[in-house]
Amino acid sequence: MTTAVGTEAPTFSLPDTDGVEHSPGDAPATLVVFTCNHCPYALAWHDRIAAVARDYPNVKVLAVSSNDAVRYPRDSYEAMRERVQAEGGWPMPYLYDETQDVARAYGAKTTPDCFLIDAQGRVVYRGAPDADHEDPSQNAAWLRDAIDATLAGSAPATAQTTPVGCSIKWKD
Amino acid sequence: MTQPRVELLFWEGCPSHPQALAQLREAMQELGLDADAIEVRHVDTDERAEAEGFVGSPTIRIDGVDVQEPGDEPTALTCRIYHRRDGRISAVPDPADVRHALHTAITTRSRK
Repeated sequence: MTTAVGTEAPTFSLPDTDGVEHSPGDAPATLVVFTCNHCPYALAWHDRIAAVARDYPNVKVLAVSSNDAVRYPRDSYEAMRERVQAEGGWPMPYLYDETQDVARAYGAKTTPDCFLIDAQGRVVYRGAPDADHEDPSQNAAWLRDAIDATLAGSAPATAQTTPVGCSIKWKD
Repeated sequence: MTQPRVELLFWEGCPSHPQALAQLREAMQELGLDADAIEVRHVDTDERAEAEGFVGSPTIRIDGVDVQEPGDEPTALTCRIYHRRDGRISAVPDPADVRHALHTAITTRSRK
Protein backbone atom coordinates (compact mmCIF):
# COMPACT_ATOMS: atom_id res chain seq x y z
CA MET A 1 0.00 0.00 0.00
CA THR A 2 1.21 3.52 -0.76
CA THR A 3 -0.29 6.81 0.21
CA ALA A 4 -0.25 8.77 -3.02
CA VAL A 5 -0.05 12.52 -3.33
CA GLY A 6 -3.58 13.91 -3.41
CA THR A 7 -5.08 11.15 -1.30
CA GLU A 8 -6.09 11.26 2.34
CA ALA A 9 -3.23 10.63 4.74
CA PRO A 10 -3.71 7.75 7.17
CA THR A 11 -4.26 8.93 10.69
CA PHE A 12 -2.45 7.39 13.63
CA SER A 13 -1.49 7.83 17.22
CA LEU A 14 2.04 6.96 18.29
CA PRO A 15 4.05 7.55 21.45
CA ASP A 16 7.03 9.88 21.51
CA THR A 17 10.16 9.24 23.55
CA ASP A 18 8.37 10.55 26.66
CA GLY A 19 5.37 8.31 26.07
CA VAL A 20 3.13 11.15 24.91
CA GLU A 21 0.84 10.23 22.02
CA HIS A 22 0.89 12.31 18.84
CA SER A 23 -1.28 12.33 15.72
CA PRO A 24 -1.21 14.23 12.45
CA GLY A 25 -3.70 17.06 11.94
CA ASP A 26 -4.97 20.05 13.92
CA ALA A 27 -2.38 22.22 12.18
CA PRO A 28 -2.11 24.19 8.93
CA ALA A 29 0.21 21.40 7.77
CA THR A 30 1.73 18.23 9.16
CA LEU A 31 5.06 16.78 8.10
CA VAL A 32 5.48 13.08 8.77
CA VAL A 33 9.09 11.98 8.33
CA PHE A 34 10.01 8.33 8.55
CA THR A 35 13.51 8.23 9.98
CA CYS A 36 15.70 6.19 12.30
CA ASN A 37 18.90 6.15 14.33
CA HIS A 38 21.15 3.90 12.30
CA CYS A 39 20.91 5.16 8.72
CA PRO A 40 23.54 7.57 7.30
CA TYR A 41 20.98 9.22 5.04
CA ALA A 42 18.58 9.84 7.93
CA LEU A 43 21.43 11.13 10.08
CA ALA A 44 22.80 13.37 7.36
CA TRP A 45 19.40 14.95 6.74
CA HIS A 46 18.39 15.12 10.40
CA ASP A 47 19.67 18.63 11.14
CA ARG A 48 17.90 20.01 8.08
CA ILE A 49 14.61 18.43 9.09
CA ALA A 50 15.03 19.69 12.64
CA ALA A 51 15.66 23.17 11.21
CA VAL A 52 12.38 22.92 9.32
CA ALA A 53 10.62 22.08 12.58
CA ARG A 54 12.17 25.12 14.24
CA ASP A 55 11.58 27.47 11.31
CA TYR A 56 7.90 26.52 10.85
CA PRO A 57 6.41 26.47 14.35
CA ASN A 58 2.87 26.32 12.93
CA VAL A 59 3.69 23.10 11.04
CA LYS A 60 3.37 19.92 13.05
CA VAL A 61 6.49 17.86 12.38
CA LEU A 62 6.38 14.21 13.43
CA ALA A 63 9.50 12.05 13.14
CA VAL A 64 8.58 8.36 13.04
CA SER A 65 10.87 5.36 13.53
CA SER A 66 9.41 2.11 12.20
CA ASN A 67 12.41 -0.20 11.84
CA ASP A 68 12.49 -3.69 13.28
CA ALA A 69 14.25 -3.05 16.57
CA VAL A 70 14.93 -6.75 17.18
CA ARG A 71 17.28 -7.06 14.20
CA TYR A 72 18.36 -3.42 14.47
CA PRO A 73 18.70 -2.65 18.19
CA ARG A 74 19.96 0.86 17.46
CA ASP A 75 16.40 1.65 16.46
CA SER A 76 14.82 0.42 19.68
CA TYR A 77 12.52 2.65 21.69
CA GLU A 78 15.17 2.87 24.37
CA ALA A 79 17.82 3.87 21.82
CA MET A 80 15.46 6.53 20.45
CA ARG A 81 15.00 7.90 23.95
CA GLU A 82 18.74 7.92 24.59
CA ARG A 83 19.44 9.72 21.33
CA VAL A 84 16.92 12.50 21.94
CA GLN A 85 18.28 12.94 25.45
CA ALA A 86 21.91 12.91 24.28
CA GLU A 87 21.11 15.56 21.69
CA GLY A 88 19.49 17.83 24.26
CA GLY A 89 15.97 17.32 22.97
CA TRP A 90 14.52 17.65 19.50
CA PRO A 91 12.27 20.39 18.09
CA MET A 92 9.83 17.66 17.00
CA PRO A 93 8.57 14.51 18.69
CA TYR A 94 10.28 11.23 17.78
CA LEU A 95 7.58 8.58 17.54
CA TYR A 96 7.91 4.82 17.81
CA ASP A 97 5.96 2.76 15.29
CA GLU A 98 6.57 -0.58 16.95
CA THR A 99 4.01 -2.52 14.89
CA GLN A 100 5.18 -0.87 11.63
CA ASP A 101 1.49 -0.30 10.83
CA VAL A 102 2.01 3.40 10.21
CA ALA A 103 4.94 2.85 7.83
CA ARG A 104 2.86 0.26 6.00
CA ALA A 105 -0.18 2.52 5.83
CA TYR A 106 1.90 5.31 4.31
CA GLY A 107 3.87 3.00 2.07
CA ALA A 108 7.09 4.42 3.44
CA LYS A 109 10.11 2.99 1.65
CA THR A 110 13.20 4.58 3.11
CA THR A 111 14.65 6.62 5.91
CA PRO A 112 14.06 9.40 5.42
CA ASP A 113 10.76 9.42 3.55
CA CYS A 114 8.73 12.63 3.92
CA PHE A 115 4.97 13.11 3.66
CA LEU A 116 3.55 16.63 3.88
CA ILE A 117 -0.14 16.76 4.74
CA ASP A 118 -2.33 19.83 4.31
CA ALA A 119 -4.96 21.13 6.72
CA GLN A 120 -7.59 18.98 5.00
CA GLY A 121 -5.59 15.84 5.66
CA ARG A 122 -4.42 15.23 2.10
CA VAL A 123 -0.85 14.33 1.17
CA VAL A 124 0.53 17.23 -0.85
CA TYR A 125 4.22 16.26 -1.02
CA ARG A 126 6.03 12.96 -0.76
CA GLY A 127 9.72 12.28 -1.15
CA ALA A 128 13.18 13.43 -0.11
CA PRO A 129 13.94 16.61 1.87
CA ASP A 130 16.17 17.93 -0.91
CA ALA A 131 18.44 16.80 -3.71
CA ASP A 132 21.56 15.74 -1.80
CA HIS A 133 22.01 14.26 1.66
CA GLU A 134 25.69 15.20 1.58
CA ASP A 135 25.11 18.90 0.95
CA PRO A 136 23.78 20.78 3.99
CA SER A 137 23.42 23.94 1.89
CA GLN A 138 20.46 22.28 0.17
CA ASN A 139 18.62 23.12 3.40
CA ALA A 140 15.66 20.78 2.81
CA ALA A 141 14.67 23.01 -0.09
CA TRP A 142 12.09 20.62 -1.55
CA LEU A 143 10.35 20.33 1.78
CA ARG A 144 10.47 24.08 2.43
CA ASP A 145 9.07 24.85 -1.02
CA ALA A 146 6.24 22.40 -0.46
CA ILE A 147 5.52 23.79 3.00
CA ASP A 148 5.56 27.40 1.78
CA ALA A 149 3.12 26.56 -1.01
CA THR A 150 0.83 24.62 1.31
CA LEU A 151 0.75 27.38 3.92
CA ALA A 152 -0.04 29.85 1.11
CA GLY A 153 -3.00 27.69 0.07
CA SER A 154 -1.53 26.49 -3.20
CA ALA A 155 -0.24 23.18 -4.47
CA PRO A 156 3.52 22.58 -4.29
CA ALA A 157 5.19 23.04 -7.68
CA THR A 158 6.90 19.70 -7.12
CA ALA A 159 4.59 17.32 -5.32
CA GLN A 160 6.65 14.17 -5.54
CA THR A 161 10.33 13.28 -5.54
CA THR A 162 12.04 9.95 -5.13
CA PRO A 163 12.76 9.16 -1.49
CA VAL A 164 16.42 8.33 -0.98
CA GLY A 165 17.85 6.47 1.95
CA CYS A 166 18.10 3.16 3.77
CA SER A 167 15.26 0.74 3.22
CA ILE A 168 12.78 0.44 6.08
CA LYS A 169 13.73 -2.65 8.05
CA TRP A 170 10.57 -4.75 8.06
CA LYS A 171 9.91 -7.51 10.53
CA ASP A 172 10.00 -11.02 9.06
CA MET B 1 54.12 -1.64 -8.54
CA THR B 2 52.05 -4.59 -7.43
CA GLN B 3 48.34 -4.17 -7.30
CA PRO B 4 46.74 -4.36 -3.84
CA ARG B 5 43.68 -6.52 -3.40
CA VAL B 6 40.65 -4.25 -3.46
CA GLU B 7 37.25 -5.47 -2.28
CA LEU B 8 33.91 -3.69 -2.26
CA LEU B 9 31.17 -5.45 -0.33
CA PHE B 10 27.62 -4.17 -0.59
CA TRP B 11 24.04 -4.93 0.37
CA GLU B 12 21.38 -4.01 -2.15
CA GLY B 13 19.07 -2.57 0.52
CA CYS B 14 21.38 0.42 0.65
CA PRO B 15 21.58 2.65 -2.42
CA SER B 16 25.11 3.97 -1.89
CA HIS B 17 27.27 1.28 -3.50
CA PRO B 18 27.22 2.67 -7.08
CA GLN B 19 28.59 5.97 -5.76
CA ALA B 20 31.17 4.16 -3.64
CA LEU B 21 32.26 2.01 -6.57
CA ALA B 22 32.59 5.04 -8.85
CA GLN B 23 34.70 6.87 -6.27
CA LEU B 24 36.84 3.80 -5.69
CA ARG B 25 37.43 3.32 -9.42
CA GLU B 26 38.37 6.98 -9.80
CA ALA B 27 40.83 6.79 -6.89
CA MET B 28 42.44 3.65 -8.31
CA GLN B 29 42.79 5.17 -11.75
CA GLU B 30 44.40 8.27 -10.25
CA LEU B 31 47.01 6.03 -8.65
CA GLY B 32 47.61 4.02 -11.80
CA LEU B 33 45.84 0.91 -10.53
CA ASP B 34 43.60 -1.41 -12.53
CA ALA B 35 40.08 -0.52 -11.43
CA ASP B 36 38.68 -3.56 -13.23
CA ALA B 37 40.39 -5.73 -10.62
CA ILE B 38 37.99 -4.61 -7.87
CA GLU B 39 36.30 -7.60 -6.27
CA VAL B 40 32.65 -6.64 -5.85
CA ARG B 41 30.60 -8.92 -3.62
CA HIS B 42 26.93 -8.79 -2.68
CA VAL B 43 26.21 -9.62 0.94
CA ASP B 44 22.61 -10.74 1.12
CA THR B 45 22.08 -12.70 4.32
CA ASP B 46 22.83 -12.22 8.01
CA GLU B 47 24.93 -15.38 7.89
CA ARG B 48 27.04 -14.06 5.04
CA ALA B 49 27.38 -10.69 6.77
CA GLU B 50 28.77 -12.45 9.81
CA ALA B 51 31.09 -14.63 7.77
CA GLU B 52 32.41 -11.60 5.88
CA GLY B 53 32.66 -9.39 8.98
CA PHE B 54 30.34 -7.05 7.10
CA VAL B 55 29.25 -4.13 9.29
CA GLY B 56 27.32 -2.28 6.60
CA SER B 57 27.10 -1.25 2.99
CA PRO B 58 29.35 -0.29 1.37
CA THR B 59 32.50 -1.76 2.90
CA ILE B 60 35.80 -1.23 1.11
CA ARG B 61 38.91 -3.16 2.04
CA ILE B 62 42.38 -2.66 0.64
CA ASP B 63 44.61 -5.66 1.19
CA GLY B 64 42.11 -6.70 3.85
CA VAL B 65 42.19 -3.38 5.69
CA ASP B 66 38.94 -1.43 5.99
CA VAL B 67 39.20 2.15 4.69
CA GLN B 68 37.46 3.29 7.88
CA GLU B 69 38.15 1.30 11.02
CA PRO B 70 34.77 -0.25 11.92
CA GLY B 71 35.54 -0.50 15.64
CA ASP B 72 33.02 -2.63 17.51
CA GLU B 73 30.23 -2.23 14.97
CA PRO B 74 28.12 -5.40 14.84
CA THR B 75 27.75 -7.25 11.55
CA ALA B 76 24.44 -6.47 9.86
CA LEU B 77 22.61 -5.94 6.60
CA THR B 78 22.42 -2.19 6.88
CA CYS B 79 23.76 1.02 5.44
CA ARG B 80 27.07 2.00 6.90
CA ILE B 81 27.65 5.38 8.51
CA TYR B 82 30.78 7.18 7.35
CA HIS B 83 32.26 10.43 8.57
CA ARG B 84 33.78 12.78 6.05
CA ARG B 85 36.99 14.52 7.01
CA ASP B 86 35.03 17.75 7.46
CA GLY B 87 32.73 16.03 9.96
CA ARG B 88 29.71 15.47 7.70
CA ILE B 89 27.91 12.16 7.92
CA SER B 90 27.86 10.27 4.66
CA ALA B 91 26.72 6.98 3.20
CA VAL B 92 30.09 6.51 1.48
CA PRO B 93 33.70 6.90 2.67
CA ASP B 94 35.51 10.15 2.18
CA PRO B 95 37.35 9.84 -1.17
CA ALA B 96 40.47 11.12 0.61
CA ASP B 97 40.29 8.17 3.00
CA VAL B 98 40.01 5.77 0.08
CA ARG B 99 43.01 7.31 -1.66
CA HIS B 100 44.97 7.22 1.59
CA ALA B 101 44.18 3.53 2.12
CA LEU B 102 45.21 2.71 -1.45
CA HIS B 103 48.41 4.70 -1.13
CA THR B 104 49.26 3.02 2.18
CA ALA B 105 48.75 -0.41 0.64
CA ILE B 106 50.92 0.43 -2.35
CA THR B 107 53.68 1.78 -0.09
CA THR B 108 53.53 -1.25 2.18
CA ARG B 109 53.78 -3.62 -0.76
CA SER B 110 56.70 -1.72 -2.27
CA ARG B 111 58.69 -2.12 0.96
CA LYS B 112 58.28 -5.90 1.02
